[in-house]
Amino acid sequence: MAFVSRGFRGRQRRDVDATRVPPGQYVVNDFPVLSAGPTPRTDTADWSFRIDGEIDEPLSWTWDELMALPQETFTVDIHCVTKWSKLDTTWTGVSIDTLLDGVDTEAEHIVAWCDGDYTTNVPLEDVTGGRAWLAHTFAGEPLAAEHGGPARLLVPHLYFWKSAKWVRGLTLTIEDQPGFWELAGYHNYGDPWREQRYWSD
Amino acid sequence: MERLRVDWRVATVSGVVDETPSARTLVLDVDGWPGHRAGQHADVRLTAEDGYQAERSYSIASAPEDPQVSLTIERIDDGEVSPYLAGELRDGDQFELRGPIGGHFTWRAQEGGPLLLVGGGSGLVPLMAMLRHRAAAGSDARTVLLVSSRTEEDILYRAELDRLASEGDGLAVHHTLTRGTPEGWQGSDRRVDAEMLTEVGPPVADAPRIFVCGPTPFVEAVADLLVGMGHAPASIHAERFGPTGG
Repeated sequence: MAFVSRGFRGRQRRDVDATRVPPGQYVVNDFPVLSAGPTPRTDTADWSFRIDGEIDEPLSWTWDELMALPQETFTVDIHCVTKWSKLDTTWTGVSIDTLLDGVDTEAEHIVAWCDGDYTTNVPLEDVTGGRAWLAHTFAGEPLAAEHGGPARLLVPHLYFWKSAKWVRGLTLTIEDQPGFWELAGYHNYGDPWREQRYWSD
Repeated sequence: MERLRVDWRVATVSGVVDETPSARTLVLDVDGWPGHRAGQHADVRLTAEDGYQAERSYSIASAPEDPQVSLTIERIDDGEVSPYLAGELRDGDQFELRGPIGGHFTWRAQEGGPLLLVGGGSGLVPLMAMLRHRAAAGSDARTVLLVSSRTEEDILYRAELDRLASEGDGLAVHHTLTRGTPEGWQGSDRRVDAEMLTEVGPPVADAPRIFVCGPTPFVEAVADLLVGMGHAPASIHAERFGPTGG
């Protein structure tokens, strides 16, 4: 039997399509900021992006080279493990498929690594097939540093800590290597629709 | 690292304390609470009679040594959950809670000092857990707490902070008010700036372990100031929260 909290009625928002809100989440209109330390600030002139690990020759791009790649603008819902969801967010970036085009690898996982020493792990199949991007523009504006600019990983079908801010590279790995929050008790995969918040969920 | 399952448990309210006009502490008996580290938080789940559920996260205010778990909840007027928790709940009421959660923003007495704790508004809550833990553990780790509040009546745990600071065991507490000061006010009267951090904080050369918690703009500003002063980014632990309808 469900546990009922005396006198609690809730106030589910009527302007929100409930089928788009995963269990335990609520919809916000602002854009909260969650990060574990100070906000790193890297100038795009000093920025580069690298793919290394299980790959014959590591790949890297400067900012200008990234901008010269095919760009995609897309609208997705995002879900933070701290309970907020934000619907219909519009981003521009480069598909991870584009970055990995022609890459032959035995890897089954990636570790995203970042300025500020943050890391997070994602199965390779979750960052390919049109499901993940290296995003640099939010709502038509350059992505603010506090939200992960100049560029962040975007994997909107997983909880948002997987969408690593200030990302500077992906390491392709054979073995799964849990990252910062995954080692701190959060779920290794993080599917919001199965409410995989913490390791034992 | 120790891994305790993060299961929902029944929390029973055994006391409510009005801390300020907008914040209330819930003292809870939690069935089988596995214990926590100072600085961690817990998830609360409320269920309405029609089955609708709402979840939120709140920092734990009590020390790990305290057999009861305390949450201090800032009431957000148009919020869905905080007006219920900080208004409707009475002794004996129950709700679901799980945790502890978060392994990053934590401090244990054996890790020692010096410590610099900077709290904005209800961002003081997890820092208070650290100070209560420090006292309960008999730690004399050199500690500076800088608290930024809007007005004097918004200061959380004022009497307890005064008492802890008077123990003479290495804790200094400095207050600043950002929206006006009462007559005879001894603290600062402005937003936290580099000058204030230099004046009250342990010097950069002492490499303090730093914890900053508060609303996002507060944490962004303070963390940037600390980095600018030369503190190592890796020594700065941040916890941000936003006005998001809680």
